[in-house]
Amino acid sequence: MTHFAAVVLFALFASVVFGVTQRETPRRMIRYGIYCFVLFVAAAIVLSWLMFFIAR
Amino acid sequence: MATEENKNGAAEAGSQTVSQQGFVYLPLIAGWLVPGAGHFLLRKWGRGALLSASILGMFVMGLAMQGKLYANAHDILDILGLAGDLGNGLLYIVSRALGLGAEQVQVTTADYGTRFIVVAGLLNVIAAVDAHNLRTGRKS
Repeated sequence: MTHFAAVVLFALFASVVFGVTQRETPRRMIRYGIYCFVLFVAAAIVLSWLMFFIAR
Repeated sequence: MATEENKNGAAEAGSQTVSQQGFVYLPLIAGWLVPGAGHFLLRKWGRGALLSASILGMFVMGLAMQGKLYANAHDILDILGLAGDLGNGLLYIVSRALGLGAEQVQVTTADYGTRFIVVAGLLNVIAAVDAHNLRTGRKS
């Protein structure tokens, strides 16, 4: 498994739990889940590039 | 028509009375022991299935990545890891009994696997508290 696949899986599982537990209606659960998923993956990509440039 | 509505209203009131009876912490404890069980007890089948699949998936992926199950607490980081692992409830106990999980982290993915297992436990605690909130009426 690649590191990116691990990040995506982590984001997926965590986002589903956050969406279901932190919102009350199904529509808002889905929206919040997608929002968390995008933030997880985007943050991982941004931080990865930051570390890449810091390490150079 | 009015009689039918009265019957429906009485049935709803009856089911609410039944759901308010019993041990109030049962969904919390059941949800901690078995991921999603708290929601299943409250007949929230969809939510329970999603939570169960996510938490179980994360735990199994962690084990598949040769993640470590914390068994003892020598320092503060081990204590935190053990606390997270214990959030998995019966999954942790059964896995320990079966000798699953790596003794030591030797590859990078095993480190990720260890985190997956800890986070699965923490997510399970969130799910169990959510079931408790549904039971007490704090959340609808």
